[in-house]
Amino acid sequence: MSESLRYIQAVNAALAWALDSRSDTVYFGEDVALPGGPFGATKGLHKRFGSDRIFDTPISETGFLGMALGAAMTGLRPIAEIMYADFSFVAMDQIVNQIATIRYSSAGRWKAPLVIRMQQGYSPGACAQHSHSVEAYFAHTPGLRVALPSTPDDAYQMLRTAVTSDDPVVVAEARMLYPTRGPVRADAPVEPIGGARVVRDGRDATVVAWSRMVPAALAAADQLAAEGFETEVIDLRWLNPLDFDTVGASVSRTGRLVVAHEANLTGGFGAEIAARATSECFADLKAPVARVAAPDVPMPAAPALQKAVVPEAEHVAEAVRATVRR
Amino acid sequence: MGLPDDYRAMARIRRFEERLAALKDDGEIPGSIHLCNGQEAIPVGAARALRDGDHVTATYRGHGWALTRGVDMTGLFAEMMGRDSAVNGGRAASPYLSDPGRWFMGENSIVGAGVPIATGAALTAQRTGSGAVSVVSIGDGAMNQGNVHEAINLAAVLDLPLVLVVENNVYSEMSRIEDMVRIRQLAERAAGYGIPGRVVDGNDPDAVAQAVTEAVTRAREGTGPSIVEAMTERLVGHYSGDVQHYRPAGEIAAAREREPLVRIRAAADAELTARLDAIDAEVAAEVEAAVAAAREVPFPDPATVKEYVYV
Ligand SMILES: Cc1ncc(C[n+]2csc(CCOP(=O)(O)OP(=O)(O)O)c2C)c(N)n1
Repeated sequence: MSESLRYIQAVNAALAWALDSRSDTVYFGEDVALPGGPFGATKGLHKRFGSDRIFDTPISETGFLGMALGAAMTGLRPIAEIMYADFSFVAMDQIVNQIATIRYSSAGRWKAPLVIRMQQGYSPGACAQHSHSVEAYFAHTPGLRVALPSTPDDAYQMLRTAVTSDDPVVVAEARMLYPTRGPVRADAPVEPIGGARVVRDGRDATVVAWSRMVPAALAAADQLAAEGFETEVIDLRWLNPLDFDTVGASVSRTGRLVVAHEANLTGGFGAEIAARATSECFADLKAPVARVAAPDVPMPAAPALQKAVVPEAEHVAEAVRATVRR
Repeated sequence: MGLPDDYRAMARIRRFEERLAALKDDGEIPGSIHLCNGQEAIPVGAARALRDGDHVTATYRGHGWALTRGVDMTGLFAEMMGRDSAVNGGRAASPYLSDPGRWFMGENSIVGAGVPIATGAALTAQRTGSGAVSVVSIGDGAMNQGNVHEAINLAAVLDLPLVLVVENNVYSEMSRIEDMVRIRQLAERAAGYGIPGRVVDGNDPDAVAQAVTEAVTRAREGTGPSIVEAMTERLVGHYSGDVQHYRPAGEIAAAREREPLVRIRAAADAELTARLDAIDAEVAAEVEAAVAAAREVPFPDPATVKEYVYV
């Protein structure tokens, strides 16, 4: 059974599922209980599940992410909400030094089954401190899982997978995709963690994207199809665990690879995909791997300036054209 | 519980730390170690207030807390020697070890970071109605970390069963705490969180036990967190190899007159002295046996280095 939901409604449905089906889950963050979340992700949940299960915290990201860890170590399954991904940086110690290391450093004697839910990316007028795409910071950190859903159904399925994972998972949603609508399979079995997905077949080039760049890549593929290029589009979905097999198999067919992300270029996760493709698919590549990303500047707030840096479908299309020409 | 038991518990920690320092000098301990010589009355006094199921979180200066929580001494030595110990398989060493089997949430080598984590254990206790409390120990300098402030306020607004023990050993690493804050006692900050705060003689296990018991009782009753500031002095350097040039002449000698073990001995009559001597001998034998057993623990197999990153 599938129903049509907006991305943000799918998040809400997954959270309701988690609180309903697992009595060990607790949900907390800023303005999540009575106010229902700044974007409505937790609308109605406090009324349904009560203060024992979902509650508001002070504006203390370090404090409540540490609390999530201690609670996870001692038997709860906390889901902690960081209102904007940018605010995770004030809690980097708890994420990188604590949450990500405890299982390894204790030789597996503790585990940290918790979810850090956040939303990221630019939106018109949002300044540098409300526009970061944070995935590379967390994908760089051993011990964390990293999920970037691009559709309402994935927002639902991947969040449920995250909640059932025994490892800590960072779920970074795309704020710009919140209003998008699509079918959501409410009763589907919970998926195992990981797995990229080929979302469009094509033989001439492979585009690997995630989050907001997936719909952009699909739009680019439509334009390119009109020009006679068949572009394969892969939604990477999880940066950790990374399903490079799906990427490699596609590149071995197409021989051309473009990686697209909204985060800025240098040290972005696209560099990791490019490096892997070079070492694992070198013989199959007919052209150098191309990357589509924002240039290395902090995000400006004025829409006129944002337009000059934010990658869109046309940038992806142009990168594919350039790759095919080589 | 009583004097000989407290003495034994404190002597175990002291002997353990002294033996570690010697092992460090002999090159058997690879990393940095932070010893708690002089501060033993704090974990020992606090232990009297705790029961099985209560979680304890400490800092890198937390060997005393690990021992009073019942973590195996051989395992601790082996862990610090970089061996495949049953404690953490050589992955944690002196400043980050932990033992879930003994409700020891672990040390932490990030100053103050254990306080939010301990707050999480208190959240679990509250939400599951287990009746457990969460005790976390930090140094005086850690009171200036934002994570500590965030966690205490969180615990206060959620009425969590958390007890924060501040081991005020006068030094925030190598700087005097009086140069780092504008208040006389750190426990004064409790008022700012709307929770009780007390200052006690941290070299007296009875005084510590009384204050921590009061705080633990309050926590178990669901009335929320407290701060206990235990005044003490470090008899050794901040870390192994610290020459302590920053400490005024005579300060350590004077501290040696006031430290918890010497204090008990100074007040002991001949009969008690004989008992304490016997305890010292037993403790020394226990520690030697643990060192010998630790030396038998193999070093970890490098082939396992990638294990335990993910479940
Ligand atoms: C966040 C952080 N900053 C700095 C350090 C380096 N450091 C280690 S111990 C220490 C001093 C802490 O002093 P205090 O809290 O008084 O504890 P004590 O060492 O006296 O037990 C410092 C600055 C650290 N480990 N973590």
